[in-house]
Amino acid sequence: MVTYSKNRIYNFSVNTILVLIGLICFFPMLYVVSVSLTPYEEYLRQGGIVLFPTQFTFEAYRQFWKEPYIMQCFNNTVFITVFGTMCNIFVTILMAYALSRKNLIFGKFFTFYCLTPLLITGGVVPTYLIVRNTGLLNSLSALIIPTLVSPYILLITRTFFANIDASLYESARIDGAGEFRILFFIILPVSLPIIATIGLMYGVAHWNQYFASLMYISDSAKRTLQVVLREMLNRASSMESDVVVPTRTLQMAGVVVSAVPIILVYPFLQKHFTQGIMLGAIKG
Amino acid sequence: MHMPIRKIPEKSLRIQWYRLKPQGAFMLMMLPGLVFYFIYLYLPIGAALLVSIKDYGVKSGIFNSPIASPWYKHFKFFVQSPYFWPLLRNTMLISMAKMLLGIPLAVALAILLNECRVNKLKRAVQTLTYMPHFLSWVVIYGMCFVLFSETNGLINDWLRSLTGSTVPFLTNPSVFRNLIIGSDLWKSTGWSAIIYLAAISGIDPQLYEAAYIDGASRAKTIWHITLPSITNVIVLTLILRCGTILNAGFDQVYVMYNEGVYSTVDIIDTWVFRTGFENFNLSLSSAVGLFKSVISFIMIVTVNQLSRHWGESLW
Repeated sequence: MVTYSKNRIYNFSVNTILVLIGLICFFPMLYVVSVSLTPYEEYLRQGGIVLFPTQFTFEAYRQFWKEPYIMQCFNNTVFITVFGTMCNIFVTILMAYALSRKNLIFGKFFTFYCLTPLLITGGVVPTYLIVRNTGLLNSLSALIIPTLVSPYILLITRTFFANIDASLYESARIDGAGEFRILFFIILPVSLPIIATIGLMYGVAHWNQYFASLMYISDSAKRTLQVVLREMLNRASSMESDVVVPTRTLQMAGVVVSAVPIILVYPFLQKHFTQGIMLGAIKG
Repeated sequence: MHMPIRKIPEKSLRIQWYRLKPQGAFMLMMLPGLVFYFIYLYLPIGAALLVSIKDYGVKSGIFNSPIASPWYKHFKFFVQSPYFWPLLRNTMLISMAKMLLGIPLAVALAILLNECRVNKLKRAVQTLTYMPHFLSWVVIYGMCFVLFSETNGLINDWLRSLTGSTVPFLTNPSVFRNLIIGSDLWKSTGWSAIIYLAAISGIDPQLYEAAYIDGASRAKTIWHITLPSITNVIVLTLILRCGTILNAGFDQVYVMYNEGVYSTVDIIDTWVFRTGFENFNLSLSSAVGLFKSVISFIMIVTVNQLSRHWGESLW
């Protein structure tokens, strides 16, 4: 690698721009956390500018957990994220493995069948009608089953499996292993990057999903966190017209609670993740 | 001694049993997925075809509702309605702006990260720029409140002390459209840079060494080596985005907009959603959704045909 060690000005300007970019990304998140930790009186006194809080309080968080049904809603979100993602991974991997095998009969047909929904979709209303007719309305399974497999993620996974060295597969075949055994004991152990990648993609989608919950769930206790938060933010937007409502600090506590858990997952998967997305993304 | 060589039979019509043996396992593996695909991805297409040519009534359901007269009533209504052109314009404007600003920004970020020689800084910036990708639009909406609100938002506080006036980011239609575009860039640029970073990391380092020996400055190597080497990836992403030009970001717009800014940010998808779930005109909503889906489909196929001339194809 060429180093260009003398080029100080160049390095300095590159690094400065990068630091600026980093700050642009980091600053809003920091500010939200700051506001959520500031006592509300202090926030009002400073006219909204609390870059670094001088006084800390968890009052806003305490209040947030007192919102009606909040504990159930939080648990719902955790449940659909954990259990839903496990179902997603399981079904996607089984399907992608079969599709990636060259000796699958009618392989062309099945591939076509699985990729067409990438190009054409029914739209929100017809999907809603099907979800309603299959009796999922107002149950948490409406947030898991209708998004069981994402065609795009299936495609990435299939590409990953198809690129695994065929000799690995052949040798297992010759030793007499069945397909399930090959998948679970030979292929999956070398597929950690793709499992981490699709797990993260599905997991983030579940944690952040808002519309399915908005459309399919009417019971207050079955809502997910994002719906609760959105409702809370909008209740407060009428604050500009003097209605007594959740304070800015309470809202920001809600924002932090709805964002932090999923951000915390990322560093654990990061190592596998970058590898996985590159493998899948190049010819997505 | 002459050994007769047994001829290996060419592909025969006989069933190749060894090929059939694992098929049962394959079918079992695909079964849950295939059933899911049929019910939740294919049936909605069928339902869209039916509902959009009928006058859907909640009581009579998909099959018993009467056919609209003429069957293309809802399509015609939409195309002739006063919403059609504003919706199309908003959709295209937002989508194009996101694409034409988003791709260069992501490429620039990838190049900057690649030029950075301080590994810790590089990794920190990379992690920070990915992070917004994990935030939901509801969360970002909350952030916009606290940053851009006219009464007590941080940015407006700064503007007030610097210039003495404030900008109604959340209520002025044309400013709000920029906020929509800007927040999308903030959320997705770091993430979209991954693919360009991957492409850059695949460039042969010898090219840079040769350029160095020839006396090229680093800025010049960006222009003459890095950019030309990733042009194909840039073209590919551009093509992909062109195929989805009618998706201007439903999730984002629906979560963030309000009635005051419909004139600039109401897009086809949000209109479809409102028509279906707020005005309960399911047939019209399905028809417009289907209309959009078909146009998108035609665009993706066309764009892919075009891209074959560039030697890049999606399938």
